[in-house]
Amino acid sequence: MTVNTSAADATKESADSAKEQYLSFILGREEYGVDIKKVQEIKGWDTVTRVPYSPPHVLGVINLRGSIVPVIDLRIRFGLERVPHDATTVIIVVHVPGDRGERTVGMVVDAVSDVYNIAAEHILPPPDALGSIEKVFVRGLACQDGKMLILLDVDGLVVASVSDAAKAAA
Amino acid sequence: MSLDLEMEEIVKVFFEESFEGLDAMESGLLTLDSHADRETINTIFRAAHSIKGGAGTFGFLEISQFTHSVETLLDEMRNGMRAVTPDAVQVLLQSVDVIREMTQSAQAKQPIVTVGADALSGELARILAQKGGAAAATAAVSGAETTAGAGPAPGANPAAGADAAAPGAAAVRSKPAAVVPIIIAPGSIEGWRITFTPEPTLFKTCNDPLRIFHELATLGPLEVIPHVKALPSLEAMDPTLCYLSWTLVLRGHVEHARIIEVFDWVEAVSTIIYEPLYLGGAIGEIQEPRGNPAPAAPSRKPATAEVTAVAAAAAAVPPAAPAAALKAAGDAGSIRVATEKVDALINLVGELVITQSMLGRFSEKYDPADLEAMRRGLIQLSRNTRELQESVMQIRMLPIGFSFNRFPRLVHDLSRKLGKKVELKLCGENTELDKTVLEKIGDPLVHLVRNALDHGMEMPEQRLAAGKSETGTLELNAFHEGGSIIVEVKDDGAGLNKARILAKARERGLIQEDEILTDEQIYNLIFVAGFSTADKVSDVSGRGVGMDVVRRNINDLGGHVQIFSTEGLGSTIRIRLPLTLAILEGQVLRVGKEIYVASLVSIIETVQPTRERLSSVAGRAELFNHRDSYLPIIRLHDLFDIEPDSRDIAKGLLVVVEADGRRASILVDELLAQQQVVIKSLETNFKQVPGLAGATIHGDGTVALILDVPGLITNFLERQSGRVELAA
Repeated sequence: MTVNTSAADATKESADSAKEQYLSFILGREEYGVDIKKVQEIKGWDTVTRVPYSPPHVLGVINLRGSIVPVIDLRIRFGLERVPHDATTVIIVVHVPGDRGERTVGMVVDAVSDVYNIAAEHILPPPDALGSIEKVFVRGLACQDGKMLILLDVDGLVVASVSDAAKAAA
Repeated sequence: MSLDLEMEEIVKVFFEESFEGLDAMESGLLTLDSHADRETINTIFRAAHSIKGGAGTFGFLEISQFTHSVETLLDEMRNGMRAVTPDAVQVLLQSVDVIREMTQSAQAKQPIVTVGADALSGELARILAQKGGAAAATAAVSGAETTAGAGPAPGANPAAGADAAAPGAAAVRSKPAAVVPIIIAPGSIEGWRITFTPEPTLFKTCNDPLRIFHELATLGPLEVIPHVKALPSLEAMDPTLCYLSWTLVLRGHVEHARIIEVFDWVEAVSTIIYEPLYLGGAIGEIQEPRGNPAPAAPSRKPATAEVTAVAAAAAAVPPAAPAAALKAAGDAGSIRVATEKVDALINLVGELVITQSMLGRFSEKYDPADLEAMRRGLIQLSRNTRELQESVMQIRMLPIGFSFNRFPRLVHDLSRKLGKKVELKLCGENTELDKTVLEKIGDPLVHLVRNALDHGMEMPEQRLAAGKSETGTLELNAFHEGGSIIVEVKDDGAGLNKARILAKARERGLIQEDEILTDEQIYNLIFVAGFSTADKVSDVSGRGVGMDVVRRNINDLGGHVQIFSTEGLGSTIRIRLPLTLAILEGQVLRVGKEIYVASLVSIIETVQPTRERLSSVAGRAELFNHRDSYLPIIRLHDLFDIEPDSRDIAKGLLVVVEADGRRASILVDELLAQQQVVIKSLETNFKQVPGLAGATIHGDGTVALILDVPGLITNFLERQSGRVELAA
């Protein structure tokens, strides 16, 4: 529902309807972008309760105003060096399709950076060599202010990360 | 409100009322089995009649036609012209199903399938043709359909094509004061004069005369003559009232039923007189049929019909008030709550507001002298909150009668089909339980009842031979016990045949040849997946869920099943369920740095183990000697990969737990508080995790995980033994 309305708003706002908005965040020295329509909110670091049988990148669950929401650490997911979570660590809460309707999942990132309007034709296909990120989770690359932005496919990434957890548990 | 919307609402009410009517018919028919009293038949008849009328009005002709045949049969029954036979009752019950199906498809805006109706129509016609009906053959054929909704209809049976109305019946039915009988000679009608005098409150029932006139105009040329005599002066006029009456002249050969249909909604709030106009020379000449006591003498036999136009006072159909439409707007996801429960909530919220404002005072200025008052206020707040929580829980509680209601019909049909005689006893229908539990318990109960009837109950001859009464008793019983609700399915049939279950289990390799099992273990075999008394497959219990699914469903609800049986005397299946799924009486446990919650119900006791009571088997499996039995020790820290305070069992605590009749002990570091916790789903946003039943939120806002004790025990034992434990 929210997604639909915000999609409509986005279309209204930008004259160029092919442009989409991306929220960018920092992981180490890299900048990543996610479709802003997927983002519900950005919140500060919170106490995470570990869930047994989860893979390392699933840190556990948090209480998000009464809902139990799993949290994924993208640094661990992408095989980057682990850093302690501190005051600047943020959790980006996203909506992804689940088995029964929508699912809410938190992604731990180093910091949130900016919001960019990117036209579809400015997105370059991902190269074959992407290190530890599976190519299927990358929508493409975009150049913004001389920096490279890695645009992620949130649905695929989060669903796979959470169901990995399920597989590991089973 | 637009007409379409208004229509939609009214049709909704029709469906709602039809389903209620069908339920009333069904329960009435079921009591007819044992004793047929006039009042019951009347109730059934009235329900059928309202459905027919409504269906006709809204254009569901398939439904109204079929219901009409049913009504005819019922009419004969209530007039004492026909005996109530089990055969007829059975056909009527099937008819109820057919009407329900048709109504459901009408509600879903799907084409109405008449296959079932056509088949049953033949059956109804056959019954109608048997005596009684034939005796009344001199009755008048109704040339026109009768009033929809209001007065009872003289029964003509278009489906059966046979006339079945009683000649004297009309006199019994009509209410002389309100009825204006009109005699029509069919074929010669050239129009109608309708005197339409609505009550002043007409508009309040959401009816607009203009709509009626428009609709009439579609039937033929219409002349509308308003009578304004009753109109008061402008200052005395209440714009919400209707002061007008009309005389309407509709020309053309229009069936009376069509006109009645148009007026159907306003019938209850107006006086309507229908007068046919005859072709008496020049077209348009109006003859007064009233005061003409011997009308066009019926030379042909079926030339007369009685049409009753029922005026306001005789109304049987309540006006479709918007309030009723709102009430009916609820859907499957809604809940009907008793007003007193809501009132209690409102009271509590009121108190909460008072407490809050009292506490709010302290934030304005801080005075240490107020400390005591503030403390009292906080105590009051916590009491209010707790009461509010309990009352909100109460809203989800519904009587189990909702689930039991379906069984009279089920038992009636099944016992008939199986040729068994069974009396069903329902006890404790008012026992309340959580809506979710109630919804999920329905299917398992159906299965258990089917099983009891099919396998448990013997044939009448067998029962007599065994020295029991011919009629078996099946009892459904619900009651509260502690924090749980118990539902029992009890039959006085043959009981479980232990020898046969054992033989079957050995045959299937479920148990070893020489394994010795307790009675309970033997009974539990029937819950094993794939275990079925396959030598007796019937379409009765071959369908639906198996016993393994029954147990799984009940376990999913946090309940468990027990079987008690005495060979030759019957069996009892006892289901224990938690009262609610939303709240758990929990024991908070600590292992290392992690906090878990276990359901207090599953905990038997907690002990500090001494080394003498610990032993091991084959160097691996650890056992704890507890009251002369050896319990496996589940090391939670190993299972969940936690760094504990100590790996030494003697330094920890053993929580003795039980689920599904199996016991085990769980090793933890510390016991913390006992508290009520609200159960939250882990699955909604994440996944089901083995060993965990869900999560909850602590007072400080952090999440704690809830242990799935039955799952833990099962998993642990399976892992240990490497095979499926049968002694569940």
